[in-house]
Parts: sequence; C-alpha cells; structure tokens
Amino acid sequence: MKIRGRVWKFGNHVDTDVIIPARYMNTSDPHELAKHCMEDIDVEFVKKVSKGDIIVAGENFGCGSSREHAPIAIKYTGVSAVVAKSFARIFYRNAFNIGLPVIEAPNAVDRIDEGDEIEIDLEGGKIRNITKDEEYSFVPIPGFMMDIIRAGGLIEYAKKNMI
Amino acid sequence: MGMTLAEKILAVKAKRDFVKPGEILLCDVDIALANDVTAPLAIKAFESIGKNDVFNRERIVLVMDHFTPNKDISSAMQVKFVREFAKKYGIVNYFEGGDVGIEHALLPELGLVVPSDLVIGADSHTCTYGAIAAFATGVGSTDLGFVMATGKIWLKVPETIKFEVKGIRGEFVTGKDIILKIIGMIGVDGARYKAMEFAGEVIRGLSMDERFTICNMAIEAGGKAGLIEPDEITKAYVGGRAKREPNYLCSDKDAEYKKIIEVDITGMEPLVAFPYLPENVKPVSEAKDIKIDQVVIGSCTNGRITDLRQAAEILRGKKAAKDVRLIVIPATPNVYRQALEEGLIEIFLDAGAVISPPTCGPCLGGHMGILAEGERAVATTNRNFVGRMGHPKSEVYLANPYVAAASAVLGRIAHPEEAI
Repeated sequence: MKIRGRVWKFGNHVDTDVIIPARYMNTSDPHELAKHCMEDIDVEFVKKVSKGDIIVAGENFGCGSSREHAPIAIKYTGVSAVVAKSFARIFYRNAFNIGLPVIEAPNAVDRIDEGDEIEIDLEGGKIRNITKDEEYSFVPIPGFMMDIIRAGGLIEYAKKNMI
Repeated sequence: MGMTLAEKILAVKAKRDFVKPGEILLCDVDIALANDVTAPLAIKAFESIGKNDVFNRERIVLVMDHFTPNKDISSAMQVKFVREFAKKYGIVNYFEGGDVGIEHALLPELGLVVPSDLVIGADSHTCTYGAIAAFATGVGSTDLGFVMATGKIWLKVPETIKFEVKGIRGEFVTGKDIILKIIGMIGVDGARYKAMEFAGEVIRGLSMDERFTICNMAIEAGGKAGLIEPDEITKAYVGGRAKREPNYLCSDKDAEYKKIIEVDITGMEPLVAFPYLPENVKPVSEAKDIKIDQVVIGSCTNGRITDLRQAAEILRGKKAAKDVRLIVIPATPNVYRQALEEGLIEIFLDAGAVISPPTCGPCLGGHMGILAEGERAVATTNRNFVGRMGHPKSEVYLANPYVAAASAVLGRIAHPEEAI
C-alpha cells in the first residue's frame, strides 16, 4: 500500500489538546471535529490542508488525552498519513483503529521539509522524497496492523476476523 | 527469571504462567470504563460490530463526569445517548447527576476496581488505579467498543521502569511533587510504552490519596501504566470497599526491569510545572514573581479528601486575593460530604472560593472556570498544554494543593510558608 502527498511539518510533543481542543468535544461528528484540527497552534491549518496531504512531526506525536477525536479530526481534514519520530502510545493505537496510517520514521523526519512531496510504502518500509530525490527507511508496519488499515479500522477488521 | 507486578497481572489475564516484555497477549478485561466524551464513540463502535449484547453488564462503568452538569445542548445530547445505551443494556454502573464523581476518584472509592484487575478505560488517566496494584491503561473509543463487545483486548507486554524514591520528605512536599520531579527527570516521553513501578521508602510512607496522584500522572511521562505494590496501606483502603475479591500481587525479587532509577527527594521544595509541558518543572521559590488570575483545586489528580485538607490547612482564616478566582472541586460526592463534615467547605467559602460540584470541568477547558486570553492559573490538575484550560494564549501552572492555596492567598505563585 502506497500513500503519496504533500507535507505539513510540526515539532515535538504535538499534544491531543492542540490536535483537537476539548472545547469542541461536545460532539463526535468527524466533519465538525476536523474544522478545528490544530487550531490552537495554526489557525490556518484546516484552510491550507488538502486531501491526501501528509503530516510530518517530531517526537511523541499525539501525547496527552486518549481522545480518539484527535486522529479522527486529522483523518477528516483529508490528511492521508502521519509520519513522526515517535508517537504517544494511545494515539498510535487509536490511529490504526480508525484507519489512519501512522509511521514511526525517526531517520526521515529531519530530512523532510514542509511542502515536499513524499511517497510512503507501508509494507516496504520506505519513504521516497520526490522533491529532494531521496529515500529513507523505517520498520515496516506489521502484518496484523496492515490488515486493520486495509479493512478500514479495527471494527471492520473485527467484523471480518474475530466475532 | 521473575516477573514484575505489571507482567504478573497481564500473565493472569492472559491465562499464562509467564510472560515477557514485547509479547502480544489477548487479555480478559475486568473493568471497561468510558465517560461522556469517549463513551458515545465507543458505543457507536460497539454497535457497528453487530453483537446483540455487551460482554458483562456489571463490568462496564460509564461516568458522565467531563462536562457535568451538562454545559450545553451538545453535551446534554451526548449524555442522553449514553444514558439510553446504559438503559437498553442494563449497565449497572452508570453515573450521572448527584451520583457522579470524577471517574478515577470514584471507581476506587466505590470498590469497583480491585487489586490485580485489568482495567481498560477510554480516558488517559485510567492509569490512576495502579495505585491499588491494578494494571490500568487508557485506550481510545474504538478499542473500548471492542472490549464492550468481547471483554477482551490485545496488549503488548510493556517493559517496566522502577523508580526507587528515597530520602526525607520536606514540609509541604506531596505525592504531586514526587511525580512532577520524576516527569521533570525523564521528560514527557521518558516512559513511553513502559510500565512505571513506584517503590521505595518514601512511597511506602504515602497515604492512598497521594499514591493515586502519583499513578494518575504516569501518562504525563508517556507511561502505559503506573503501579505501586500493595502493602498494609493498600489493604486498609481496599478492605471494606472491594466489590469483588482482591488479589494482591507483588513483583518477584528477581524480576527484570528495563531500568531502575533512584529518586532522592531530600531537600526538595514543592514543585511547579510551567507551561506548556508537565516536564517544565521548577522549585516553587523560582516561580514566585508570577501573578495569577485563577486557582483550581480539584481533578482526578488532586481532588480527594487529603488534597482538600491540605488546601484548607493553608486557607483556614484567610481570603483569596482580590483579583484571584479560587475554584474548589471535590472529586466525588463522598469527598464533598466529608469535606462538609470536617468543616473544610466552610473554610473555602470563608476564603471566597467558588465550590463546584464534582466535575472534570476546567481541567480540560470544558467549563466551570475557563481562562481568557493572557490569564494565568495555578491548578492542581495534570496538564498545562496550550489551550488546556481555555484561550490558547492562557497559561496553566501545575502544583500541589498547598502551593495552589498559598498562591490564591497571595495572588501570585507562592511557597506555602509565605501564606502561613
């Protein structure tokens, strides 16, 4: 499975309160949540981002709350994947569960700039930077988790495989 | 080779004699927890799986604590949705209105969680129950929907980091300061994916309430769980409350730890975590020039009776500074009642405090005390991220209840000694 898109860059410890502030969590409507994604660190983000774009960030992306509203808000802005040096545990799990691919690629992040065009090969463990004509590797997504992504999330996966 | 407390609990829940870090297990869940923010999505996930019943109607706990009393139409609609689900499936432990307490104070208080339980909660501070030696961890709503349907969860066995806390505890130094010190040492991702085990003579000398505070903030270091081995203090707390038979497990003598970190608190002052990360920790005496607009004493971190007693010790016979809004939030109805009986509520009222019903409220910028642009708060809560308590340009300083109370009196961040 390959994902290609334009990059938006963020720093370390992007927490769930800035991904989706709690004041908007009186609803679970994904489109409503997406309207406020990253609002407290970049008010323009939701206007600038377009379908297929990729977020690239530093350490500990998604730290803080367990709110699944955070990966949902990101997914419904049209973002197709998040690449980071590392992820907070609950966010990592939630992202896969709702079908948003997240890739831990510590070697790649500092080489990628905002606006670069990149292509991620999830099973192959490779990120190709088309703008810079470079390639970076990461530990490929395990089979079990690829199955969840292909199914479109844990629930769809569970319907097919476990219940 | 032995197992740590975390590994032992997971082994029992996976019906295995031995497990080691890195293994992925399918575990039986004892308690599945969600709140008014996370339950609606979990219920939708549960319903889309298509099973016609929950795994166990006595083991699902739904606490409508985040925006209670419902702050607007949308929150009321969310709670209505959860209430209808609870009725439809006969969920025994559904809490709303006057029964509601902040979930992580309420569940242990009512004996709904017992030692060696596996607790899966759609709330990141679920790790609190490690203080009574349960393996408790936060997940998102979809994971929880899956648990509600099956009673099971996939978990990777985490490595354990042990914190040996030793030394002499100074005056006004609490469990909050010990966990802030640890987060300051290892950083907000210092225990990412790891279980944290808190041990040593200082931990043994702490009350249950202060132990809850420590385990509550394991997530602020990225921890998957934060645990304390059970002792006589644990047993005294659990006995008489436990709704099920507790199983007291301890780490083996020859358990293998990823790291053992010594934390010496001799000479340590109360600490304050500066915006915008809980790891930005400084001694309170280095924070004394910072003027404040609001003080919040409460939350799943510091809203228990011990915390209110500590705040009252400082506030007795004093008034909050003129320009400071002091908000006190007892964490549960029982804590509220006890504070009333002990005369603490009167002390707070005399100090000019607003007494809020039990709610998460301002901690997450929900309601009951939101900050305007440029305002600063000292809070006994757990997070000081950008916009956490309101406007993105407001600031939250995390501290213990003594410091929060002293700061309310002086109108700036203050050492408790200054207010006595």
